[in-house]
Amino acid sequence: MMLRTFIAFVKKETFHILRDPRTLFILFGMPIALVFIFGYTITNEFTGASISVVDQSKDKLSQALIDHLVASGHFELINVSDDIVSLENDFKAGVVKMGVVISPLFEQHFYRDKKATVQIIADATEPNYAATLTNYATRMINAFQNTKSEISSIPYQLDIESRMYYNPKLIGAYNFVPGVVALILMLICAMMTSLTIAKEKEMGTMDLLLVSPLHPLLIILGKVTPYVILSFINAIIVLGIGYFVFTVPIKGSLVLLLLLVLLYLMVALALGILISTKANSQQTAMMSSLFILLLPTMLLSGFIFPIASMPVILQYISKIIPAKYFIIIEKAIMLKGASLDSVINPVIVLGIMLVILLAAALKNFKVIYK
Amino acid sequence: MTTIKAIEANLLTKRFGSFTAVDAITFDVQQGEIFGFLGANGAGKTTAIKMLIGLSRPTDGQAKVAGFDVYRQTEQIKNHIGYMSQRFSLYEDLTVKQNIRFYGGIYGLSRREIKTKTEEIVSNLELRDYSNKVVGALPLGWKQRLAFAVAGVHDPKIIFLDEPTGGVDPATRRQFWEMIYAAANQGVTIFVTTHYMDEAEYCDRISIMVDGKIEALDSPRNLKIQFEAKSMDDVFIKLARA
Repeated sequence: MMLRTFIAFVKKETFHILRDPRTLFILFGMPIALVFIFGYTITNEFTGASISVVDQSKDKLSQALIDHLVASGHFELINVSDDIVSLENDFKAGVVKMGVVISPLFEQHFYRDKKATVQIIADATEPNYAATLTNYATRMINAFQNTKSEISSIPYQLDIESRMYYNPKLIGAYNFVPGVVALILMLICAMMTSLTIAKEKEMGTMDLLLVSPLHPLLIILGKVTPYVILSFINAIIVLGIGYFVFTVPIKGSLVLLLLLVLLYLMVALALGILISTKANSQQTAMMSSLFILLLPTMLLSGFIFPIASMPVILQYISKIIPAKYFIIIEKAIMLKGASLDSVINPVIVLGIMLVILLAAALKNFKVIYK
Repeated sequence: MTTIKAIEANLLTKRFGSFTAVDAITFDVQQGEIFGFLGANGAGKTTAIKMLIGLSRPTDGQAKVAGFDVYRQTEQIKNHIGYMSQRFSLYEDLTVKQNIRFYGGIYGLSRREIKTKTEEIVSNLELRDYSNKVVGALPLGWKQRLAFAVAGVHDPKIIFLDEPTGGVDPATRRQFWEMIYAAANQGVTIFVTTHYMDEAEYCDRISIMVDGKIEALDSPRNLKIQFEAKSMDDVFIKLARA
């Protein structure tokens, strides 16, 4: 009897989904679109960034430095002049994002005085990009200095060697694929759940379900099961695109990863149910889902902006964002090959969140029921 | 021979804060009876129905539905009643058949039972050509009759109808009432709320609610005699003015 009603429910919900092409599109089109949009737009990698050089020295060493920068393939030389005004004009016209100014008598200062000046000027209207460019240019200029100074002799030298662990090429996809999975699961699972329950209320069919002998728990379970399955398939699609198109590795156990995807799905579901107990119309459910889920998940989970660089108050708020913990788990398993032991803390946090949210959701659902 | 009454309510009361929506109503409904529950909008009809079908817990008083207590035995009550709300409560984006199957499914009917029920409903309602059409495409009167049939898919003892005929013309209402009569003839108790006074005439007995209280309860004929009125309309107006 229980199983039969449950199957009737799942079937009905599947019919709803299949009947409405918009839902299907949101379910499968959106995640795939998101991965590709993030894949090709949010990236810290750059090649062929346009730069201008103001060479006020025009000697052999300054020319060597320019060649060194260009030879890397990361920078494309747009303009060389000896006047700083020309660089400013390039900035204003938007043709370059960074300029390198080499001070007069560069070679002479470098070898004789052991102190020469190179100035890097970046267009910081796009701060992240500017930081990335100056960072990279600084590293290249340091390398240049080291090769040249072997001839001259600087007596003491700290040799700094940096290695980018787990993502040596600094590929952006390593960061955004876990982020997109977290975002999509939260959105689809929680938003769809809250929408579908709110719809029953709006149409008046919820009353009929509550008048039937079905236990409220079974009503919820029957309604959300198809969405759990769909979300899980979605997670696999996104991870698959990450793996095959963007070469994001899955170093740890795939089974463990998928199990924890399920845990996170449950948290999202519980949130969705909680929202739907408060929202009586689909529109309210949609708006609250967007505000409660989408924005915090995007902005405060560490997906796009690093949590460490947020104001303290936002750092505290980020502690209650489930996606934050899930992203930590994903990155650890996928990129670092972590086992359950290493991610046990975020897993416990998610587990506690699940229990609290479920309890709250069920309590509220009973309120309508009695 | 003692027959179990279909519904017994004794001083049943529902208060929301200081507002008393249903004020100590007492009545009973015999098995197989068509019982009309009348009242103006906001008189407390829907609240009363919700207490009887287990969607709302009474503040005070007692009631039994199909012999089961509304406080402690809501699960048993739910197994023995059907319910059709003001909004007909079908899934507009599902087909006629899918709707019947779903409601059959949640009442735990077997696959075979669902199949015979579907056949029965589709042929009774002459919906054969439309059984694979989505419900949203059907005319309102058909939706209402289908909703009524679906409310009885599990052969309940009592069917509660909350303003089932809102928004349709008298001819369609008449057709709907023929279905109600057919069900009542098979022994199903019908509890129906309405504010159409012509419908009141169709009921075996009616109660009229004013401001949460039952002000009159008898057969339409007796009520007309009691209030010296020509029609139920007059009875209602006299009551409302009193």
